[in-house]
Parts: sequence; structure tokens; C-alpha cells
Amino acid sequence: MTRKNVHLKIGEMKTDTGLIKNLEVSVGKLIDDSWEEPMGPTPMPEITTLRNWDLTLLNKYKPFYLPACDLCCLCTFGKCDLTGGKRGACGLEIGAQSSRIVLLACSIGAATHTAHARHMVDHLIEKYGRRYPLDVGGLNIKVEAPVTRLITGIKPEKLGDLEEVLDYCETQITHCLSAAHTGQEGNNLDFESKAFHAGRMDQIGMEIGDIAQISTLDFPKADPDAPLIELGIGTVDTSKPVIMAIGHNVIPSIGVIDYMKANNLGESLEVVGLCCTAFDITRNWKRGKIVGPISWQLRFIRGGFADVVILDEQCVRTDIFNEAERVKAPVIAASAKNCMGFKDRTDDPADEIVADLVSGKTPGVLILDPDKVGEVAVKVAQQVAPKRRNFTVLPELEEIKKLAKTCRHCNLCRRSCPQDLEISEALKDAAEGSIKKLTELYEYCIGCARCEQVCPVKLSIHSFIIKAGEKKMLEETNFCRCGRGAIQDIEIRNVGSPIVLGEIPGILAVVGCSNYPKGGKDVYDICREFANRRFIVVTSGCSAMSAGSYKNEEGQTIYEEFTGDFAAGGVLNVGSCVANSHIAGAAIKVANIFAKRPLRGNYEEIADYIHNRIGAVGLAWGAYSQKAASIAAGFWSLGVPVLVGPHGSKYRRMLLGREDKKENWEVYDARTGDKINVGPSPEHLFQTVETKEEAMVTIAKLCIRPNDTWKGRSIKLSHYIDLSKRFYGLIPQDIDKFVRTEADIPMTMKNDILEIIKEKGWKETVIPDPTLLPRLVRKKKEIK
Amino acid sequence: MSCEPWQCAEVSSTKKAMAITKPEVAISLIRRANRPILVVGSNAINRKLEGKLLIDYLIDFAKASKIPIVATAHMVGEFLKRGYKPAGFMSAMDIGNRLVDPEWQGIDGKGPHDLAVFVALPYYMQGLILSGLMHFATKLKTLTLDNMYHPHASWSFPNAGVGIWAENLKVMTSKFEGGQ
Ligand code: SF4
Ligand code: SF4
Ligand code: SF4
Repeated sequence: MTRKNVHLKIGEMKTDTGLIKNLEVSVGKLIDDSWEEPMGPTPMPEITTLRNWDLTLLNKYKPFYLPACDLCCLCTFGKCDLTGGKRGACGLEIGAQSSRIVLLACSIGAATHTAHARHMVDHLIEKYGRRYPLDVGGLNIKVEAPVTRLITGIKPEKLGDLEEVLDYCETQITHCLSAAHTGQEGNNLDFESKAFHAGRMDQIGMEIGDIAQISTLDFPKADPDAPLIELGIGTVDTSKPVIMAIGHNVIPSIGVIDYMKANNLGESLEVVGLCCTAFDITRNWKRGKIVGPISWQLRFIRGGFADVVILDEQCVRTDIFNEAERVKAPVIAASAKNCMGFKDRTDDPADEIVADLVSGKTPGVLILDPDKVGEVAVKVAQQVAPKRRNFTVLPELEEIKKLAKTCRHCNLCRRSCPQDLEISEALKDAAEGSIKKLTELYEYCIGCARCEQVCPVKLSIHSFIIKAGEKKMLEETNFCRCGRGAIQDIEIRNVGSPIVLGEIPGILAVVGCSNYPKGGKDVYDICREFANRRFIVVTSGCSAMSAGSYKNEEGQTIYEEFTGDFAAGGVLNVGSCVANSHIAGAAIKVANIFAKRPLRGNYEEIADYIHNRIGAVGLAWGAYSQKAASIAAGFWSLGVPVLVGPHGSKYRRMLLGREDKKENWEVYDARTGDKINVGPSPEHLFQTVETKEEAMVTIAKLCIRPNDTWKGRSIKLSHYIDLSKRFYGLIPQDIDKFVRTEADIPMTMKNDILEIIKEKGWKETVIPDPTLLPRLVRKKKEIK
Repeated sequence: MSCEPWQCAEVSSTKKAMAITKPEVAISLIRRANRPILVVGSNAINRKLEGKLLIDYLIDFAKASKIPIVATAHMVGEFLKRGYKPAGFMSAMDIGNRLVDPEWQGIDGKGPHDLAVFVALPYYMQGLILSGLMHFATKLKTLTLDNMYHPHASWSFPNAGVGIWAENLKVMTSKFEGGQ
């Protein structure tokens, strides 16, 4: 591709020297450097450029490995047994192998977001041209691409500018991936540093993908008042033909919406989405509906709601075509990355494809032209819906009770269930006429259908659970705030000071997938708790849907109860997975816009600022995917702690601080160069917790930063202490490590806390101007 | 009784926990240890055995055996509510991370533990921590008290129903109480 090239073609030109005909000139690249900010020290970092920074963090937060597998089988020397300190045939030990798997996960995640962005940018350039201006928030946003500016030093202005950024990411991700080859990297921390690098690329990939679509597809532009969107299976009007899209890349669904608009069909069909594509459908067209998170794919399809299923990319069940075929719903695979084995019909006339799908001649097709996807999907839905009449494979309750009698109570289902659900007991009751226990499983079931795979009598256990929960499912009529995109510069200016001083106790980003340990309600409860405590609560992805899926005592969803502002007590949904970049972007903008730290190619300084000053925590309560790993890695490398739910332990490596090791918690005071002990703030960089109660206490603690003023610290401590008393029944026993002066202690708790900390031999210390980077010390003295 | 992992896919490779067929074996392992600890996870309040919560069995057992308890998640509050003060509390990952450190002087600061007994964490999470300890805490032995077989432990009870589980816990408690 010559996408970076300037290509000049002159048919005929008269000059002083004569007549020039058919002249073609190609130049490699024009550098338009109108950005006045001087270039920082690390533009377009290579794979080792930021290694020292990574190792600084990794020294503070050392890996704790939880090998999910004792063997390595990645090359034909293997399988190698890595137990008992044994090394594989290539010399690798289990710690490095565990970090290598983390690197692989982060590289896959980063590649996925970047490839998504590449597809998006290529498609949008084809449609709108390279010179189409980027606009993510009109006059409200001057720093349009904080992550990209920070890491690459490029300030993109037009769609075409994004190509160069993606070229860079693709190169770096290839390097990261190559390091996982046998006999390349061998040191665990170097694998980790490369995983951080993949995370940085992932943040860029997400940002590019989202700013490209925000700029071109009429999405809300950094709008705190983005509209409320209907959410839940109960909101879908099944009297109309229903087109359902699953995945993350909205381009094929835009084809559907455009076709409907062009043919005045906006009112006559339902277009619904599941997982992140739902957000991006509704960011473009507020009549679209959000079915729910990724774990509801089978609920919706087996329930018979979808007349046509469009698959784009990422997190799509790979057996979805079997499931759709069972309910007679044709499938359109619309992504080159997810062809599902279907015949490529991209170049066939739309009506021929429609006829084949409607007649059932073929259960599914591959169409790689989004406009054709739109036409085919709409026509098929219109013709199939009257025939299907919401055909479902969910059995009737009486049938379930009958089938339950065939259960052998072998417990294989439970032993295959990631949630350890007591299915056999529920079926025993069902056989005796009560479906209460089955109904209770509905909230906790993550829809994986692993139980069905092992059942010796082939019971459709997941379908039983859906049917038992059907009443609840149909009552799911909620609202989710439409993904607003970026945070406005003015919002950053307003909250910059209270965040950095600690007076806004924290930014809680509740992101990621729906592999929850006990249903989505935990996400709602956590978001609401912290919004009430005047934290800034940011949501995205499936977590944003789960947060919107429950109501308060007044019948309001969380998005109706709280404003969508990036402000204390706001609950704002940034949007789909790729919109996660705006969360990192907001932290970066605090450092740049509020604190005036140079942004361009200045990664270490900005990350150091964020790590020491911005009390932000990411919570991925149901994180499951490789993309979630790479998103987390992007936050780790910025020094932002990430907390995952219990299933997140399967990422097999934590990054943990040791609060009991005093020497780990020293920072430089940038004013003097002195080393100051600031305590475990924040204590961990990547941690799994077991319960929502533990998550809440941990979130409050992880928001503590060395830079907090005494007022800010006392506010943060009051939340930490209060939650600890509520859920742990006591004042935190490590409280002495967070009190620097008596003024840090919340007023109402002064006596109790003074007593505890004095017993522990607490000594007053100073509040530094904290940094981990010796080069940022202003007063020059020898740094040891 | 079976010595397959409770969750079918949680297979181990070349090392597999020794199955404990009688509670007496667990008692003797704990007795023989110089510095055992018992790590109790969040399922302590989710599992009911013969009408009594697991946490109540564990309190009885800890009182009888004098084994110090480290409560994970928010279990410290549940212990305190029941009038029992655990020796310590921290997240499951923190206790795992400390146990792999040969320098760590234990929950009471008196020296490294030589036996870590686990119970009641989510199965997969406990399995992963046991795997981490198997690989990286070479001097530590691990034992599980659940009714779910944990292949990554040094010793584990096999999969069993709650009736047998309750019986095992009661026997262990009474033998310690009786000083047997
Ligand atoms: S990559 Fe190394 S450890 Fe893995 S199978 Fe090959 S030789 Fe063995
Ligand atoms: S696997 Fe099937 S037969 Fe066995 S307990 Fe579960 S539902 Fe019953
Ligand atoms: S579908 Fe639900 S019940 Fe079945 S294994 Fe998955 S989570 Fe468990």
C-alpha cells in the first residue's frame, strides 16, 4: 500500500524549459509538523525504549505466578515438564514461561484492537477520504488523541494521519509477538516489559479505532448528556423483524442502519446488538438497542428473538452458527477475521444471497461489503421473521420437569461449570415440580454451555436455566447511557486539582467483560457505592451494560440516578472496548492540561505523574479475554492499578507490592532529591480479589497516592476506613502506613486511629513532590 | 471417592497431590508441622454442611487444633462476628505471594511456615495459588480441607459429598480436642 506516499500525476505542463507530459512523482512521506510542542525524549518508543520504566514498576510490583499449566507445548522439543524447577529443552523456566503467556495474551489483545482500528481506518478512508478531519469533541477538546500524542509524538488531524500511527503499532506488536518465539527472550521481567509495551500499543490501537469512528459516524462527541439507550432483552419489540449483531466492529451494522434509513425502514425493524458492537450501533443510531453483555449470546438466540444474526469480530461464540441454525435464523459473517467457514458471497447480487438465506439453502454466508450486509440483513429479516415467528428452542417448563427426571445426578455438569453451580440439585427439585433453584441459577450463569457438553443424557441445561429465568429476562427493561467517547478538556480542568490533591477520592474505571463470579449485580453495587461516595465512576464495555441493568429504590437505573459528567459522583459510560482509551486519555490529560506536563513523546514523565498523583483504579470484575489483558497492560505501564474478579486469577500472574517491606515504598522528593517513604500507595498493580466486599475495600485503598494533600488523604482514608469497618468489621490494620501527619487522619476517627498507629511505632513523615525518576529531581544532588 | 480434580479441566501434569483417605492423615500432617497456618477463603460462608456453615466448623477446628487462621476476602469480618479473632487477614493473592518468599517470617513474625492448609477459596483460584506454591515455594507443603480434590496441593482430600466432608471436619476437630 502507498498510503503514506504523496503521489503526483501531471498530464501536461508547460514550463520555462519545455513541455512535460505524463509526469508521475512519488515521494515517501511528507512530514507536516505544525505542532508547536517540542518533541519529548521517547517518541515512537521501540520495544526496549521504556524498559527502564517498566523495570522500575516491576521492581516495585513483582510478579507472583500462578501457573495454569505445568507444561509447555509451544514447540516440538516439548512437551516440557517445568515442575520442580526443571527447565524446558530450550532452557526456559516456569516463571519466564508464565510471563511469556502473559506476553502472548497481551500481544493477541493489542493485535486485535489494532487490526480492528486498521479495518476501521481503511474503510473510513475509502468512504470519506484521507483528508477527512478528526473531531472527537468539537471546541471542547483540543487534545484529541492523548495516548497517541504521548506515545508516538504524532498529533493526528485527519483520518489519513492515523495510518502512520497504525503502521508503528503493527511493527511494535510484531516485535512483541516475536519475542515469544522459542529461544528469544528468556528472562521473566523482560517478557513482562514487552507485555507492557504490547499494552501501550493496545491503548493506541483502541484510541485510533475510536477517534476514527467518532469523527465519521456521528457518534456523541465527548457528550456528558449522551442519550439514554434502551437496554435489556425485554426492550426488544419482537413483533418486528429483529436483526442482531454480535461483536465489536460496528461497520457492518452501520451498513444495516444506513440501508434502513435510506429506505425509510427505521421504524419497521429492530436492530439490536450484543457486546460492544451494541454500544457503537447506539452511538450512531439511538433507536438501536443493547441486548446485554457477551454472556447473553445463547440466551438471545435460543430464546428465538433474533431473525438474522450478523457476526463481526471479537468475543463471538465460535459455534453461533449451529445455535442460530437451530432457531432457523440465518447468519451473516461480516468480518474477514471471522469467516465461520461460510462461502464468500461478497460479489454476488444481494437478492440472490437473500433468496438462499430465506429458503434455507444455506444457513449462513460471508459478506465483506458492509453496504451489502445491510441490504441482505434487512431483506432477510423481513422475509424470515413471518416464517420463524420467534421460533425458540427453549423447552416448556413442563417438559423441563419431565426431562429433569432423566438426570443421573452424576455432577459432571457442575464439575464443568466455571461457576460451580449446583445444577444437579436444581434438577432434582425440578423433577419434583419446583423450578425455584433453576431460576436462581439464571443470575449466576455466564452462558458458556460447558455443562451441556458433558451431560451423559444430553440435557440442555443452559436452556433450562434460561427458560426458568424467562420472566426475569423479559422484564429486563433498563437504560444505559450512550457511550460518550472522550472526556472534555474543560472537565479535566475542573477536576484536575481535586483529583491530584486527593479531594476527589478517586477515579474508578469499571471496565471489561462479563465473566462475573456472581452475576452483574456486583458491578452495579460497586459502581453505585463509589458514585455515592463522590468518586468519578467511569464504565465501558459489558461492565457498562451490567451497571445499567439494575434499578434503585425509585426505579431508576444508575445512569438516570447519576449524571454523565466526568466529575465527583458522575457515572459515565465512555463506550465500547476501544473507548477504554479515553480513560487512560483522561489521566494523561490531567497530567498535561491541568499540570502542564509536556505530552509529546514524554511517556515516562507522564506515567510517573499518573502513578504518583492520580488516584485511579481499574476494575475488570469479569475480565476474560486477551484484549482485557492488553487493556490492563496499558494501565500497568501507566502505573495505574488494575483489580480483577476471581476468574481474573486465570491470567496466571499478579503484580503485587509488599506492604510489609518498607524499602519498597520509597520515592524521590523532586524538590530535594531525598528518598521519602510514602507507604504502599498504591499497594498493587494487578490483583485478584474474591468478593465484591473485598473489591470495595481494596478499591478505596488503591486510590491512595503519595501526592495526596493532608485534606485529600484524610478524605481517602475516611472511605477506606469506613468500608473496612463495614465489611471487615475493623479499622484497617495497615492504617499506620498511610498516615503521614496527624492531619491525614479523618477528624471523627482521630482518637481511635492515633491509638492504633502509636502502638505500631508510627512516626510522622513529610509529603514529598513524588517521582520515581531521578532525572525529574530539580535540585541536583547525587542520587543513589 | 475419586482422585480426579473437582473441576474436570483442572488437571495437573506430572505431580499430583497425595489423596487423604482418612482425616487422621490430615491431623498427623498438621501435628507434624512446626509452623502450620490455615488459609480460609470466601466460600466459608457459602457452604453449608448439615445445616451448619463451613466457617463454624473451621472455627471449632482452629480452636481445637490451635492452628492460626489467615482469613482472605472479607472473611475477617465474618470471623469477628462470630467472636473468633483470626491470626491475620489479607487477600488470597497476598498470602500466596508471601508464602513463596522464603524470607517471610510468617503471620506472627516468628519464622517461615512449613505447612499451609487451604480451604474455601473459589476452586479455580485456590488451585492456581496452590500451583504457584508448588512451583515457587519449594520448602512449603500444602494441604486442602475442601471436599474437592486439588491436584496442585501436596495433599488433598478427594472429591466427596458434604456428609463425608462434615464428618471429616468433625473427626479432625474432636481428635484435636481429645488430644489424640
Ligand atoms: S518452547 Fe521451550 S519449554 Fe516450550 S516446549 Fe519448546 S523447548 Fe519446551
Ligand atoms: S451432567 Fe447431566 S446427568 Fe449429570 S448431573 Fe448434570 S444434568 Fe444430571
Ligand atoms: S452455561 Fe451456565 S450452568 Fe452451564 S456451565 Fe456455563 S455457567 Fe455453568
